[in-house]
Amino acid sequence: MLAYIIRRVLQSVLVLLVVGLVAFSMFRFVGDPIDNMLGQERTQADIERLRDVLGLDDPFPVQYWKFMSQAAEGNFGISYRQGRPVSDILLERAPATLELAAVSGLFAITFGIGFGVLTAIRRGGLLSSTVMTLSLVGVSLPTFLIGILLIYLFSVELGWLPSFGRGDTVMIGGWSTGFLTTSGLKALILPSITLGLYQMTLIMRLVRSEMLEVLRQDYIRFARARGLRERSVNFRHALKNTLVPVITVTGLQLGSIIAFAIITETVFQWPGVGLLFINAIQFVDIPVMAAYLMLISVMFVGINLIVDLLYVAIDPRLRSDSSKRGH
Amino acid sequence: MKKTTLLAAALLASTALSTQAETLRWARAGDSLTLDPHAQNEGPTHTIAHQIYEPLIIRDATGTPEPALATDWAPKADDPNVWVFNLREGVTFHDGAAFDSSDVVFSFQRAQTEDSDMKELLNSIVEVRATGPYQVEFVTDGPNPILPNNLTNLFIMDEDWTKANNAEKVQDFEGGEDTFSAKNANGTGAYMVETREPDVKTVLKQFPDYWGKGQFPLEVTEIIYTPIQNASTRVAALLSGEVDLIQDVPVQDLGRVAGTDGLEVRTAPQNRVIFLGLNMGAADIERDDVEGANPLADARVRQAMNMAINRDAIKQVVMRGQSQPAGMIAPPFVNGWTAEKDAVPATDIAKAKELMAEAGYGDGFSLQLDCPNDRYINDEGICQAVVGMFAQIGITVNLDAKPKAQHFPLIANGTTDFYMLGWGVPTYDSEYIFNFLVHSRGDDRGSWNATGYANPELDAKIQSLASETDLTVRDATISDIWDVVQAETLYLPIHHQVLNWGAKANVKVNPDPEDQPKIKYVTIE
Repeated sequence: MLAYIIRRVLQSVLVLLVVGLVAFSMFRFVGDPIDNMLGQERTQADIERLRDVLGLDDPFPVQYWKFMSQAAEGNFGISYRQGRPVSDILLERAPATLELAAVSGLFAITFGIGFGVLTAIRRGGLLSSTVMTLSLVGVSLPTFLIGILLIYLFSVELGWLPSFGRGDTVMIGGWSTGFLTTSGLKALILPSITLGLYQMTLIMRLVRSEMLEVLRQDYIRFARARGLRERSVNFRHALKNTLVPVITVTGLQLGSIIAFAIITETVFQWPGVGLLFINAIQFVDIPVMAAYLMLISVMFVGINLIVDLLYVAIDPRLRSDSSKRGH
Repeated sequence: MKKTTLLAAALLASTALSTQAETLRWARAGDSLTLDPHAQNEGPTHTIAHQIYEPLIIRDATGTPEPALATDWAPKADDPNVWVFNLREGVTFHDGAAFDSSDVVFSFQRAQTEDSDMKELLNSIVEVRATGPYQVEFVTDGPNPILPNNLTNLFIMDEDWTKANNAEKVQDFEGGEDTFSAKNANGTGAYMVETREPDVKTVLKQFPDYWGKGQFPLEVTEIIYTPIQNASTRVAALLSGEVDLIQDVPVQDLGRVAGTDGLEVRTAPQNRVIFLGLNMGAADIERDDVEGANPLADARVRQAMNMAINRDAIKQVVMRGQSQPAGMIAPPFVNGWTAEKDAVPATDIAKAKELMAEAGYGDGFSLQLDCPNDRYINDEGICQAVVGMFAQIGITVNLDAKPKAQHFPLIANGTTDFYMLGWGVPTYDSEYIFNFLVHSRGDDRGSWNATGYANPELDAKIQSLASETDLTVRDATISDIWDVVQAETLYLPIHHQVLNWGAKANVKVNPDPEDQPKIKYVTIE
């Protein structure tokens, strides 16, 4: 078991190193930050001096090594765009993205499971056909379009919800939260729906097909034969048995919710790390791009590692050796 | 950073009590990059700095210079190398410190340091010295008749405040430290920083001890500035009433904004001209299909290309009427601009084809056009339109449109044969255009001239402008240089960009040519 974990952790570190290397080899193609950093009156001497200071003329493995060795000490460098430490900026921006991802995730799970069960039980009914059709629309429309449509409907036409930003936030420790103010909560609604809609339809379809599968099983028939109430059969016996694959998929999707927040954050001017990353790309802010990509890959690698370890914990066959020693 | 509902309630209460209190909620695409007034020479950064800090001379909403921290200025009677500026008395910084000549000397020294982005505009200044508490002298390396034009975005900081906070250094990418002045500000301007979250929100409050009370409208008491990057979201925020003023209204949404009750679109020409550059200097160019020769070196080809562009069609179709077709690469505000020179070249395909045939390119040739896709209004659309126009005279143009971060290095490195560029003139004088776009490429001048054009005689004339004190002679030289630029068809002008601001009808604000709203001039009905 321990050997397995160590092997997996080492593999994860290798993945991180490769991600960093690939990222650094590609930054050259994003463009040159110098013109964004210096005004239009810059001279050739200014350009050369700044290139030298930033080490932009170094071969990319050298730049990569510099970044990684500093990052190992917790120093991600200075943002070219804002002139402030990247770690400060990331810490400032992370709460916005994490809160948005949490609410979207909650929305996706609640409605995904709810609609999934509904459409499985009331198969062929008018309501479930409507939900299924709408979910098809939700899954096929691109995120930015959904965002714009929601803004148009709920902000411009109805005037109920804000079209951009986070509303008022409150600082708790170093964490800025929008959960404690009315405007903060209202501002969360549209971006969360936009971001969570795809995951919601995914979970819904997964729950539905699993439910349909389970409802055909013998034990469900026996439960019915025993005269159990319909609700008890559906929720205590059927739903419970569909949740294992749903939890696995949801866990893996959590990473994509954070990573895909980029588009939603751009549409709603949501001040999270995704918007930061888009700005960094436009400006060729290499330290911010590098730190963001590393952060996202750490997150994905971490989630995968946990899922793998959970798998070992859940599946007795994978830990047969440790159980032998234990008993 | 923290804004609770309690504060909001207090604000509401104060609004109710005083009829004077007016909040302006204002959005544009980008945020100020830093509060440090010397760290970035860039539009949105200067725009925010203009509310907080002040230069010696400011340009009002029409672009006319107006005294700010200086009251009057003139060259010294017995020494043409010295400008004397008298400073305004009774001005205080936001922290209560008094403004005097030592702050001016300090600020200019700071702006001339290596890390400052403003230093190139000041490179003729040898020394700035205080000759009294409210008088300074600028010593230049030769007579510089247009020095005041270079000072309109050069902001004055308080010497004691800056030193006390260890912010003498402008920006330090090596040290890895925050510069205090990037997040904090202490200016003499009409508004002071209440809170600021970079890229999120900046709240400015009117400075109660502002010297200009009674001289300017100052009707806005609070400014809430939020960058909104996505154009559709920005327009939606205006339509839904969440903001009062937006800059950069996309041309396709102008009708929507103008057609909404209570909203208006305010339009004015911008200090920015859009044009195409041609690499005429190279013996052979790489990205064409003509071997061993450079078709662009032939003036007839350049003239033919100039005639092929239908500027009115670009205005009507690509820009939806929102541009001013151009015949010269100087915006109309600039000294040296004349209506005759800016007359739009007639589109004449037949004549253009004749010229092409005369030049030996009757069968045409192919060429690559490099174009940005995220810098100017509809930049890629303009390039697509000209591709079709050049096809009419047999020139096959392969369009390569890419983000500005990839486009501008091509011009800086001279690795493009045919490119789009836009140019704004902060000094409002033709010399600035000549120095960067017409003078042959060298260490000090010609850094944006990727045409390969080199004319020593013209270079000498351009250099003479820097120290010509007789303004009549200087203007005549400027006119001569323009005649050469026009005759050589050095660039193919397209149009002057037009600014569109969307605002609530009661917010009286007019676009200024530099796209920098200065809120102290805004009135609210």
